[in-house]
Amino acid sequence: MSKKRLFVKGNEAIALGALAAGCKCYFGYPITPQNDIPEFMSRELPKKGGAFVQAESEVAAANMLLGAVSAGIRAMTSSSSPGISLKQEAISYMAGSELPGVIVNMNRGGPGLGDIGPSQGDYFQATKGGGHGDYRLLVLGPGTVQEAYDLTIKAFDLAFKYKNPVMILGDAILGQMKEPITPWEPEVPEKEAKEWCLEGAKGRPPRVIKSLYLEDGALAKHNLKLAQKYAEMKKEILFEEFLTQDASLIVVAYGSIGRIVKSTIRTLRKQGHKVGLFRPITLYPFPSEALQVLAKEGKKFLTIEHNLGQMVEDVQLAVCPYAQTDFHGHLPGNLPTPNDFEEPIIKALEK
Amino acid sequence: MSKVVFLEELCKGCLLCTQVCSKKIITQSSRFNKQGYKVVEIKPEDLEKCIACGFCSLVCPDSAIVVYKSVEEKEPENV
Amino acid sequence: MTEKIMFPKPQVLANRPTHYCPGCHHGLAHKLVAQVLEELKLPEKTICVGSIGCSVFIYNYLLLDTIEAPHGRAPAVATGVKRARPDKFVFTYQGDGDLAAIGLAEIMHCANRGERVSVVFVNNTIYGMTGGQMAPTTLVGQKTTTCPGGRCKDREGEPFKMAEIIGSLGGTAYAARTALNDIKNIQKTKKAIKLAFRAQLEDKGFGFVEILSSCPTNWKMTPLQANERIAKEMIPYFPLGEFKNTLGE
Repeated sequence: MSKKRLFVKGNEAIALGALAAGCKCYFGYPITPQNDIPEFMSRELPKKGGAFVQAESEVAAANMLLGAVSAGIRAMTSSSSPGISLKQEAISYMAGSELPGVIVNMNRGGPGLGDIGPSQGDYFQATKGGGHGDYRLLVLGPGTVQEAYDLTIKAFDLAFKYKNPVMILGDAILGQMKEPITPWEPEVPEKEAKEWCLEGAKGRPPRVIKSLYLEDGALAKHNLKLAQKYAEMKKEILFEEFLTQDASLIVVAYGSIGRIVKSTIRTLRKQGHKVGLFRPITLYPFPSEALQVLAKEGKKFLTIEHNLGQMVEDVQLAVCPYAQTDFHGHLPGNLPTPNDFEEPIIKALEK
Repeated sequence: MSKVVFLEELCKGCLLCTQVCSKKIITQSSRFNKQGYKVVEIKPEDLEKCIACGFCSLVCPDSAIVVYKSVEEKEPENV
Repeated sequence: MTEKIMFPKPQVLANRPTHYCPGCHHGLAHKLVAQVLEELKLPEKTICVGSIGCSVFIYNYLLLDTIEAPHGRAPAVATGVKRARPDKFVFTYQGDGDLAAIGLAEIMHCANRGERVSVVFVNNTIYGMTGGQMAPTTLVGQKTTTCPGGRCKDREGEPFKMAEIIGSLGGTAYAARTALNDIKNIQKTKKAIKLAFRAQLEDKGFGFVEILSSCPTNWKMTPLQANERIAKEMIPYFPLGEFKNTLGE
């Protein structure tokens, strides 16, 4: 792809990123606010020799993803909160069967049908499991449209590297916001799942991809193997620190809220306030150690989220016993502006 | 001369073979296999009645019966 | 004079005892699938999609590349596999609880899209693995652990006739119902499996075989009584035959 800049929505950037990453199959089901992704894929994926299927439900779409990646190809599904709840069945099976599906959640308000506006109410669901059983996803939280493109490419690489489902956790702001991006073409491995994918047992013993372990001790052994993999994922931790070095207050925020807070920080810095931003990019694994380093330096913390407090629990775990974190939750139903966060940040700073 | 071999350790004593036997010569024996099932048999004196139709083998859910048929030449394939 | 083995055991069928109960028709259905796969020279390019139920361990008996699908989702998983690798042969093996209850949406849409996959549907009118509960195919009057007084038409509705339903969908190239209760029906079943597989191989569309099978344990019958039940109770309600055949034979 050329170095040409594109002016696209976050949803489109994810679809473009998936195509650049060599995504061969996409399975979706309409739900606001992510419909640009299936619409883009239905138009563009067949041109690249790939397959688009509009499934009968999110349940089916996620299970189609499970089937497609078992054949060792790059594939994706996307949805928004209520639809992601329905995909949890297949996500748990993919985690148990060690399959590299990529799942996009453009988070909307909840619980239940909620609304179609932005929210970060699915943080727990994304980072603490979501489906049944003892498992983890790699969770990436892009804050800009460019990052949505970049992290989608990364999601496919990580999924195959760890043979584990990867979730991109965006929201309605990121999905619907237009920004210029510079697309780039990654190197896509020609055949990356040769040693485990299903393609017919020719000249080798049959392969079985499953998550059922009934023999005595077998499931425990499998769980330990998975745990080891989750521990190894810590190598992938990503975060952004912005003006943290001399800050007395660190605001911790992720995704589009992290990016809005960044603007607030810029404004407050101009007014002489010593505030900085810590923006986790991998939400699982969570950048606990980097936060702890800042806590040991005696800094104060404020966690800002677009919910009533979810990531704040991870921040609190990371900074204790050296610090506590305050919390400010922006409620669903409207789009926060940088101004909305000035008062809570100053309040926490002066505490 | 036909030959029927019962792989006794695979037999579950379901008796489906006894029903389809063209000559009704398969019967339940009094022997138990290691799984605890009473296996089937053809009494030696009945073996010559076997026409090697193979139905017992076809119906066996556990692939526990092998039927050998003596043939002059190559016969057409089974259905 | 040479010796010929009648109905030889297919190579793709593993040489090990199954976990199925005495007289259970799963073993027989597995064997027929294995025979057809070999006759069509498919094992080396086949991806089998297993389901949840007694046949969850199908990978222990059919020596094929296999993926385990969540309950009812085998047609969706098969869709994913086939779209990813259209050059491979993909089939699912599902029971009646899996296919006609929890997986009804998946089977209907998979067939309706005309996915180039084949489905072997074992209908024994009961949930076998979980211990004999009512299935969507349980006959009216049939007693199970969750309809102890017998299935009541007014309360639980009538059993689904899946072969007819699937046969009525545009994407279906082949839909048939057969039974495993006697030699003639066993041989017809094998022919139907072959046609359902050929529907995929010849790019005609979705292939489906419903196989009336027994579950002697949960029916609380001997295997021979169970075969009689298929003939006397099941076939009159679930008529045998082809409900769609676009293969031209």
